[in-house]
Amino acid sequence: MSFGRMHRKEDARFIRGRGTYVDDVKLPGMLHGAILRSPYAHARIVSIDTSAAEAHPKVKAVVTGATLAGLNLAWMPTLSNDVQAVLATDKVRFQGQEVAFVVAEDRYAARDALELIEVEYEPLDAVIDARTALDAGAPVIRDDLEGKADNHIFDWQAGDRARTDELFERAEVTVAQDMLYPRVHPAPLETCGALADFDKVTGKLTVWCPTQAPHAHRTLYAMVAGLPEHKIRVISPDIGGGFGNKVGIYPGYVCAIVGSIVTGRPVKWMEDRSENLMSTSFARDYHMHGEIAADRDGRIKAIRVKVLADHGAFNGTAQPTKFPAGFFHVFTGSYDLEAAHCEVTGVYTNKAPGGVAYACSFRITEAVYLVERLMDVLAAELGVDPAELRMRNLLKPDQFPYTSPTGWEYDSGDYPKTLRLALDMAGYDELRAEQAAKRARGELMGIGISFFTEAVGAGPRKHMDILGLGMADGAELRVHPTGKAVLRVSCQSQGQGHETTFAQIVGNELGIPADDVEVVHGDTDQTPFGLGTYGSRSTPVSGAATAVVARKVRDRAKLVAAAMLEASPDDLEWQDGKWSVVGDPSTAKSLAEIALAAHSNLELPEGVEGHLDAVTVYNPPNLTYPFGAYICVVDVDPGTGQVKVRRFVAVDDCGVRINPMIVEGQVHGGLADGVGMALMQVMAFDEDGNHLGASFMDYLLPTSMECPSWELGETVSPSPFHPIGAKGVGESATVGSPAAVVNAVVDALAPYGIRHADMPLTPANVWRTIDGRPFRTDLAIS
Amino acid sequence: MRITVTVNGQPYERDVEPRLLLTHFLRDELDLTGTHWGCDTSNCGVCTVQLDGVPVKSCTVLAVMADGHEVTTVEGLEKDGELDAVQKGFVECHGLQCGFCTPGMLLTARWLLDNKPDPDEGEIREAISGQLCRCTGYENIVRSIRWAAEAEAKS
Amino acid sequence: MQVPATFAYERAGSVPHALELLDRYGPDARVVAGGHSLIPMMKLRLAQPEALIDINGLSELAQLSVEDGELVIGSMVRHAELLAGAVATGPYPIFEDAERVIADPIVRNRGTVGGSLCQGDPSEDLAAVFAALRATAVIQGPAGVRKVPVREFHEGPYETAVGDGELLLALRVPILDGAGSAYEKVERRVGDWPVAAAGAVLQLDGGVIARAGIGLTAVGAEHFCAPEAEAHLIGKPPGAEVFAEAGRIAAEHCEPHSDQRGPADYKRHLAAELTRRALARAVERI
Repeated sequence: MSFGRMHRKEDARFIRGRGTYVDDVKLPGMLHGAILRSPYAHARIVSIDTSAAEAHPKVKAVVTGATLAGLNLAWMPTLSNDVQAVLATDKVRFQGQEVAFVVAEDRYAARDALELIEVEYEPLDAVIDARTALDAGAPVIRDDLEGKADNHIFDWQAGDRARTDELFERAEVTVAQDMLYPRVHPAPLETCGALADFDKVTGKLTVWCPTQAPHAHRTLYAMVAGLPEHKIRVISPDIGGGFGNKVGIYPGYVCAIVGSIVTGRPVKWMEDRSENLMSTSFARDYHMHGEIAADRDGRIKAIRVKVLADHGAFNGTAQPTKFPAGFFHVFTGSYDLEAAHCEVTGVYTNKAPGGVAYACSFRITEAVYLVERLMDVLAAELGVDPAELRMRNLLKPDQFPYTSPTGWEYDSGDYPKTLRLALDMAGYDELRAEQAAKRARGELMGIGISFFTEAVGAGPRKHMDILGLGMADGAELRVHPTGKAVLRVSCQSQGQGHETTFAQIVGNELGIPADDVEVVHGDTDQTPFGLGTYGSRSTPVSGAATAVVARKVRDRAKLVAAAMLEASPDDLEWQDGKWSVVGDPSTAKSLAEIALAAHSNLELPEGVEGHLDAVTVYNPPNLTYPFGAYICVVDVDPGTGQVKVRRFVAVDDCGVRINPMIVEGQVHGGLADGVGMALMQVMAFDEDGNHLGASFMDYLLPTSMECPSWELGETVSPSPFHPIGAKGVGESATVGSPAAVVNAVVDALAPYGIRHADMPLTPANVWRTIDGRPFRTDLAIS
Repeated sequence: MRITVTVNGQPYERDVEPRLLLTHFLRDELDLTGTHWGCDTSNCGVCTVQLDGVPVKSCTVLAVMADGHEVTTVEGLEKDGELDAVQKGFVECHGLQCGFCTPGMLLTARWLLDNKPDPDEGEIREAISGQLCRCTGYENIVRSIRWAAEAEAKS
Repeated sequence: MQVPATFAYERAGSVPHALELLDRYGPDARVVAGGHSLIPMMKLRLAQPEALIDINGLSELAQLSVEDGELVIGSMVRHAELLAGAVATGPYPIFEDAERVIADPIVRNRGTVGGSLCQGDPSEDLAAVFAALRATAVIQGPAGVRKVPVREFHEGPYETAVGDGELLLALRVPILDGAGSAYEKVERRVGDWPVAAAGAVLQLDGGVIARAGIGLTAVGAEHFCAPEAEAHLIGKPPGAEVFAEAGRIAAEHCEPHSDQRGPADYKRHLAAELTRRALARAVERI
C-alpha cells in the first residue's frame, strides 16, 4: 500500500532553488520582449508610430496589430468561441490591453523602447458597471463583431422555471438577497510568460510556458498559427502557482512566438505584476439575485436565481462548451429541495477578459457563496440557528447517488455526519454561549458556517468539451526490466505534488515503492494528450487514468506471471503486491521479477507482445463530488470595522486520500484564499475604467498574520465513479471558505439588523455597513 | 560600473549598469535562479535574499548597492552536502507546494532562527509577514520553521 | 519585472561628499538610502532621477543615541534598528507601536527613518509619530546645518523642507520625563499603508495634562498634527470624555480624501476614534 503520508519527491529541487520556472530557462541568442499596453479602457487607435523604438540600437523588432493583421494573427479564438485581439488594431477595449510588442537584446532595453512608441488614441466612453452594460445607448464595445449593436453575450438558464415559480407562489416564507461576488484575480506569485523558439530549418516551434494545459495549448497554437501540430512542442516547466490563471493562451504568448519567427531567435516575454493583474484571467464578477422558498419549519422548497455576469471585453472564459455559466447551476448546494431555476446573462464591459479562474471549479465558487449566504438570510428570517437550518435540509446518506433539481448526479456522502464533526470540533454550543455573553457587553463576535458540495473532474466526453476537445485524459506507463516504472500524464502540476501522488497511485496498484516510479509531465512531446490541470480534475481524471493504466500493467503481469509459474492465469491471485498461485504465497512473483521475465527469453503467453507497458485514455463516467463543512469565528471591532479571523474549522470529505499530507496542504491554501477574498481581495474600477488594483500595493493578498492556524478534520466517502474512490480536492477550500468568513462577519453584525454585506469586508466596508450606508465594492470609493 | 559582490562565500566581479536590480544580477549575471521575483513593489517577498546576513527584498536593491557586501541566496544554504535545518523542516512539514516563495521563506527562516532560536508561532508569523505564499495558507511554513528550531535545539 | 530607466550612480563617502555630489548633479539627482520608496517608483517610471547619490555608507548618519536630553535618530537608522533599539522605544513606546506596523520585517531591514520622512507620503506613519513627539529635523546644506521643527517639515504631499542640495541628517526628539505614548493604526492588511493612524504623547503634572502631542496620518491633517485637540487637553485631567472630545476636535480639522482604503467620512471617523484610543493607551503607560 503506497497511500499515506509521504514526503514530496519534488521538494528536493525546490528547497535548493533548483526548480526550473519559465524565466529560469535561457537559450543561446535569446531576445526579450515587452508589451506596450493601453492606458485607456476604451479608445480608438488613430495611429501608432514605432520608428523611434525601431531605431533603438538594441531593438530587433517592433510588432503591432498591423503587422499581425498581415499574418492573419491579429485576432485569436478564445476558449468560449469568441475572438480576442492579440494586438489591438481598431480599438482598445480595456485598460492594459496589448497594443505593441518590442523585441530587444535585453529586458531593460525592451522596456526602454516601449517609451519610444507613440500611440495616438481617441478616447471613447467606457462601460464599467455591468449593471448598465445593456442600457439603451450604452457604448458598443464589440463593434468588430458583425451586426453587434449591444453588449449582450448570452442568456442561459437551467432548472424548471414553472415548477420553481409555483413553489415560490405557495411558499410560507421567502427571502431574497442581492449579492455581488466581485472581480478577483488568482495572482500566482509567478506571473505568466513564455519563451518561444522557432527553428527555421526544422520548422519546429518550441514554447516554454507555465501552462496548466500544455496539450490544449499545442492544439490551439496549431489552429491559431496554422503550424502543423507535430512541429509544435509545448514545455510547461515548474509553475509558480496557477490557480486557473495559467489555463488560457494570452496575447503575450502569441507575440513571443511571432517575435521568434520574425527574428529567427528565441524570444522570452515575462509579464510584470501589473500586467498580470490588469490583463490576464480574472475570476467571478457575478452580480446575483437569489431567493429561497421555504416552510415555517425551515424546510427549503425551491431556489431561484438571476445573475448578471461581467465577462469583460472579450468572452474568454475557460469552461466546457455546453455551459456558458460554467457549473453555476449546481447552486442548489448540499440541500434537499424540490425545484430550482437560474437565469444568467453575460455582458461585455471595458475590462479584461476571463471570468473562470482562481480555483473556482467552473463557477461553483459563486454558486456555493450564493446558496450559503441565502441559507443564513433564511435562518435570520426564521430565527433558526444556521447550523440547525442546514442540518434540517442536508441531503441524507440514503439519497445518494442523488440527482439534483438542475440535473447533477452527486456521487456519495454522509453530509450530516460531516457537519456534526465540524460543529463538535469547533465547540459550536460553547461558541454560541460565548457570543451571547459578548453581545451583552456590546462586543461583536461572529460564527459562520458554510456547507459546500463541489463537482469536479470534468468531465464525461458526452457532456463536456473545450473548443471541441473532449475532456478525457491519457496515461502511459512503462515498466523497465528491473521493475522501475515511468508514468507519463497530460495534467500539469502547479504545486499539487503530482510527481508524488501519481507515483503513489502506481505504487499502490503495482506493489512497488512510489520512489520507483518517475512521473513525466509538462512536455507535449513526451506525454499523451489530455486537457490539463484545473477544475480540480487531476486526481479525478488523470489520477483515474493512472490507476487504470497501472491495472492494465498488472493484468498483463498476471499473464506473464502465469507463464513463469506454468499456471493458468485464472489460478493466480494478487496478494501483497505480488501475483501468486492461489493459496501458495511461496510462488509470489514481484513486479520486478515479472518485468524482467517479460523482457527475457521466456515464451510469452498470448496477448503479451514483449513487455508490460500500457496506455489508456480515461473518460470519466461522472464528476466526483467532494464536500465539506466549514466554520469560521471572527471578532469585529465596532469602532473601526476591523475583522479578525480567530478560528477556522474545516472538515473536508474528498473520498479516499492518496497522500493526506498533500490533501491538507491543498485545503490550507484554499482557506487562505477564502480569507483573502472575503476580507481584502478585489479589483475595482473607476468610472473611466482605470484599474484600481493593479499592483500588490492595491490588490491585497492575505499574509501569515490574517490567517489563523487552520483546524482540519476529515470524513471519507469514496466516490463510486473513481477507480480508487478519490475525489478532487484542489479547489474545495477556495470554493467553500469565502461564505464561511462572510457568514461569520454578517453574524457578528446581527445586532445591527444586518443580513448581508458584499465582499471584501474591509474595515471601511464593515464600518459603513454597520452605519447602514454600504458602498459598491466593485467601483471607486467616493 | 565594476562591482564585486560576494555571493554564497564566493566573490564575483562584474561590470553592470547602475540600474541593474540585485535580483537580475543574481539570476542573469550569476545564473543563480533560485532567487525569484513576483512583483515590482516589494510586497511579495519571493526575491528575498540575505544581504550581510539580513534578509532584504532583492528586487528593491540595486546590484551596485551590494558592491563589497555579502549576499546569501537559497543556493548557499546547503553546506558540504548537508541541508540546512530549515530546508529539512520544509520537506518534513510540507512547507512548500509550488516552490516559488520557498527560497525567500527559507532565508527569512534562517535569519529568524539565527537571532531567535526558539520562536513561538506568533513570532514566526510576524517574521514571514512580508512574504506572500499563495499555496500553503502559511500553516505548514510555520510548522516547518518550528520543526527546524526544535531540530537545532536537539543537535 | 519592471525596471528603472538609466541614471548615474554615485556613492557618498561622507556627508560633505554627499553634499558635493548633490551640488554637482543638481536638482535632478536624488538621495537613495534604503530605496524602498524610491526604487519602486523608479521601476514604475513614476520617478526618473538622472543621478542617485547613495548614502548607505554614511555610518555617521546611522546613530541612535541620547544627547543633551534629546533622542537623536540618524536619518540612516533603519526601521528595524529603531524598533529593536530600547534607546528609542524605552522612553517612547510609540516607536514600537508604529514600527511594528510599518511595512513588513524585511522592508524594515532596509528602509530608513530619513528615507520615509523625505519621501513625504501623506500616509507616512513616522510623520505622525514625529509630529506627536514634536521632533526637530536636522538638515545640512551648502550653507550649513539648520533645524526645522518637524511640524514645519512637510510642505505638502511629497514635498518637504529638505531643499535641493540638502541632506536630512537626523531627527531630534525631546525626552519628556514620565511621558506616555502610543500609536494606533487601522490598515486593510498587515503591511499596508494606513487607512488612518494616530499617535499620542501625554505628560501629566499634578493630575492634569501638562503636555499633549497628537499626530495623525492619512487623514489630511495639516502637518500631520492636531493642535486644536492638543489645546483642548491641556490643563484637564485625563479621562474617557476628554479624550473623546479631543478625538472629535482632531477629526474636525482633518481633510481626508476618499480612495480604495476607504471613504472620507470613514477616515474622519477613524481620526477621532484612533486619537481617542491612542490617548487612552498613552495615559495608561505613564
